[in-house]
Amino acid sequence: MTPDLFRILPEVVLTLAGVLVMLADSSLPQQADRRPLGWLAALGVTAALGASLWQGSLPSGTAFYGSVQTDAFSTFFHVLICGIVLAAILLSIDALPEGQHHRGEYFALMVFGAVGMCLLTSAVELLVVFIALEISSISTYVLAGYRKDTAKGPESAMKYFLLGSFATAFLLYGIAMIFGATGTTKIPEIAALLPAARSHTLVLLAFALMMVGVLFKVSAAPFHVWTPDVYEGAPTPVVALMSTAPKVAAFALLVRLLYGAFPLLHALWMPLLWIVAVLSMTVGNLAALRQQNAKRMLAYSSIAHAGYLLAALAGSGTEPIAAIAFYTAAYAAMNVGIFGLMSLVAGTSERRSTIADYRGVLAESPLAGGLMLLFLISLIGIPFTGGFFAKFYSFSTAMQGGATWLALIGLLNSGIAAAYYLRFAMAVVQPKNGKTAPEGRWSVATVVAIFAAGGTTLALGIAPGWVLHMASTAAQSFSLLH
Amino acid sequence: MDGMILSLILVVPLVGMGAILLLPDRGKLSAWIALLDSLLTFVCTLHLPAHFHTQQAGFQFEENLPWLSRPAIHFHVGVDGLSLWLVVLVGLLAPVGVVASWRAVQKNSKAFYALYLLQQTAMVGVFVSLDLMLYYGFWELSLIPIAVLTAMFGRNLGDGAAGKAALRFFLYTFLASAPLLVALLWLYARTGSFDYATLQAAVASGSLPGWQLGWVSVAFLIAFAVKVPVLGLHGWLPDLFSEAPVAIAMIAAGKLGLYSLIRFHVELFPAMAHRAAPWMIALATIGILYGAMLALVQKEFWKLLAYATIGSLSFCTLGIYGFTAAGMSGAVLQTVNEGVIGAALFLMFGVLYESARTSRMADFGGLAKQTPRLVTLFTIAGLALIGLPLLNGFVGEFLVLSGTFAGVSRSWAAIAALGVILSAAYMLGAIQKIFLADGQTNGHAGRVARDLTGMETVTVGVLAVLMLAIGVQPTVWTEAIESALQTVTHTMHAQGVSPVRMESGTVIASSMGGRQ
Repeated sequence: MTPDLFRILPEVVLTLAGVLVMLADSSLPQQADRRPLGWLAALGVTAALGASLWQGSLPSGTAFYGSVQTDAFSTFFHVLICGIVLAAILLSIDALPEGQHHRGEYFALMVFGAVGMCLLTSAVELLVVFIALEISSISTYVLAGYRKDTAKGPESAMKYFLLGSFATAFLLYGIAMIFGATGTTKIPEIAALLPAARSHTLVLLAFALMMVGVLFKVSAAPFHVWTPDVYEGAPTPVVALMSTAPKVAAFALLVRLLYGAFPLLHALWMPLLWIVAVLSMTVGNLAALRQQNAKRMLAYSSIAHAGYLLAALAGSGTEPIAAIAFYTAAYAAMNVGIFGLMSLVAGTSERRSTIADYRGVLAESPLAGGLMLLFLISLIGIPFTGGFFAKFYSFSTAMQGGATWLALIGLLNSGIAAAYYLRFAMAVVQPKNGKTAPEGRWSVATVVAIFAAGGTTLALGIAPGWVLHMASTAAQSFSLLH
Repeated sequence: MDGMILSLILVVPLVGMGAILLLPDRGKLSAWIALLDSLLTFVCTLHLPAHFHTQQAGFQFEENLPWLSRPAIHFHVGVDGLSLWLVVLVGLLAPVGVVASWRAVQKNSKAFYALYLLQQTAMVGVFVSLDLMLYYGFWELSLIPIAVLTAMFGRNLGDGAAGKAALRFFLYTFLASAPLLVALLWLYARTGSFDYATLQAAVASGSLPGWQLGWVSVAFLIAFAVKVPVLGLHGWLPDLFSEAPVAIAMIAAGKLGLYSLIRFHVELFPAMAHRAAPWMIALATIGILYGAMLALVQKEFWKLLAYATIGSLSFCTLGIYGFTAAGMSGAVLQTVNEGVIGAALFLMFGVLYESARTSRMADFGGLAKQTPRLVTLFTIAGLALIGLPLLNGFVGEFLVLSGTFAGVSRSWAAIAALGVILSAAYMLGAIQKIFLADGQTNGHAGRVARDLTGMETVTVGVLAVLMLAIGVQPTVWTEAIESALQTVTHTMHAQGVSPVRMESGTVIASSMGGRQ
């Protein structure tokens, strides 16, 4: 028998680390260097990463009266989320403006956000899900507005907060309704009690409301409008975090809901999600084509990626879960990488904002330019990079489920996407008249974070076997439910 | 050695790339590494014809290692008579490209040569892959260096023309390869394999649903036709030729697409390819005329070369889709020829362009006395392109034309032969304008021109000797090709596919006929 506390060990470790960072922050003198706090936070996240891995060796099971469940699925996402947050913290250590206060707070918020995201992937009780979602969201709302000196910063935070709260309200309303219909809020019990639900309409309504909430969090069209504004205003290292980790967690939640709670509604949600998938990739890509601002462009591109991810759901069995898990890992690696580099070459003042501003990066710093090229190539989906196999698994899963047309739309979409990624890549490689020195500097923390992202992107493209194996094992957690 | 030579050829450029990336960008260091590395690769590729058994059917130097278990992707490579000379050609053109870039690339040479060597690996990978997913990987990978190097080192960086050309090239090929990937995934979903032989057997067995298979073959055809390019899909080519650095332009067109057409369209889907053949023959024949006529009116040499290339690639397409033995082996040989001749012309005009910064032929004029080596070699290459007997162009064109004449249709062959005459007109016109016109040099272009350096002379000299060698002794080269094509035609006859007859001369009628 595993003690209940072990089932939430990573969350406990993260919470302690966050509290420690806050305490250390307030006990440091006002003018002291806050960077060690970043390292402290990084240490905490690393410990949580270790705890998650250790959790993977435990037999899967539930704790706290069946409200938290650790299994291969939760372990996969715990490790992934801790990895992302770790990279984001490392990217932030030297990228935050000098002399800014609240630095300690910044790192603590990142760690607290991780608590929520991690919990989200192991929660199997809807109220815990809600609490986890709120923990993660509130931290990200605050982080989005970290650059208070610009007008865009508070705008970003405000928009994210208002729309985000609205979306979580939808989710909560859905939870209330499903409780009304089935008398339970536990995911496995919902699946069991669904056939005997009091009102079919109530179930459908509840499902629809919950989907609105979750699809908002993954920024799938038509719930995507917040994304570009929020990304544009937030500091780049924060974008590296919030374009990946909360989405990864939300996808995990989506899978839990679809395959854990509502497998019986499969015939219903499948066409619905097809529509969302096609809409997301098309809207995202077409809008991205017209963007001049690099962050906005990548924001729309992330909407498109949500669409590619959702396309996998057209598959049958537990294949889609494995494809989604793999995709989130590859997506996280390349997005953290590209945003990390943008933060590096644009500097703390975010000197570069439009795509044209990135002209000449390769000439200034061959390493940064070369790596940017790598991440962009992966985002396009060229073979031998993680982005390729992510799309490959997603679309081949869809095709094995019989949705050839979905794969065709998806791949044609990735052709469109190539146009704007390439525009960015061309800017990076083309020489610029009048040399300007790079503003960012390669500190140890940045090097570790960016090389880890680059290494992962390449590894997932050349030897994706091991991650795929883990993703399949994670997907097996759901096999009993079918 | 035979068991790992192909891996070696694939890895040597990557090692060079790693060395270039790790060592500092000082002086000509990167260029020297690239030159030595590409020469080493070339020597490795020479191992193939030296140990190739022409009498042996099937693939040789095969390697088959599992790469991924699910999906089942193998590192499966091998060479047959079809790909043999193409691999050697890639090996040969690698050092030529380095020589062509020797002076042109001064800044950021580290990035240039690193990506250039990556391109070598990607191209060899396309020719030797026998696992379709591996093939697709190399195919897509080969786009990146071409696009990036064109954007970085293109001729007109200032006004953004180079970036546009690169983008256009990439999008044409990438968009066309999206349906190709869908088709590959469809085949995998039905057969559970990406292996070439397995898929070939599955298609031949007729167990796959017919109409869907038809679409799959169309997806293959379009992806390759864009890369060749076949007439109508050639929009990327003139821009790329005008903008890309010489070393990139000379490898961008032709062989990858043509090889893929034979290997993965004609050999993999013989029945569907046969049905598409009348259309392809018509497009090819019109393409020959179109290319030649547009080349005739060009004032800029790069554009002339672009349209000349479209014409000569159309010859290859014509040979392939006639489904005659002579036509096909002519097409393969002509693919090699086109690579050799194109590289020589690109390098030589690149030398002129580099100092004059213009490609208007009239701006040169009367260079003959000033640049004796250049004019001699340029004329040889030009004559080879026209198809003068005893030079390599003649053999390829003759085989294609005779195959078409005897096996397909006399009238179409006659139209295609017009292209040969026109090619003489534009090429001789170009030589006249650049080198002979009256001894008058207009503007600065002629005055600043320099002759070939020693290294360049040797390089082009080797190419010229090769043109002569293929022209004088074609059988040495076609022997291997024919051995491979015998297997092809054998399987095709087994499936009831014969040479395409186009007696009526109308595409539609024979297309209908082919469908019965």
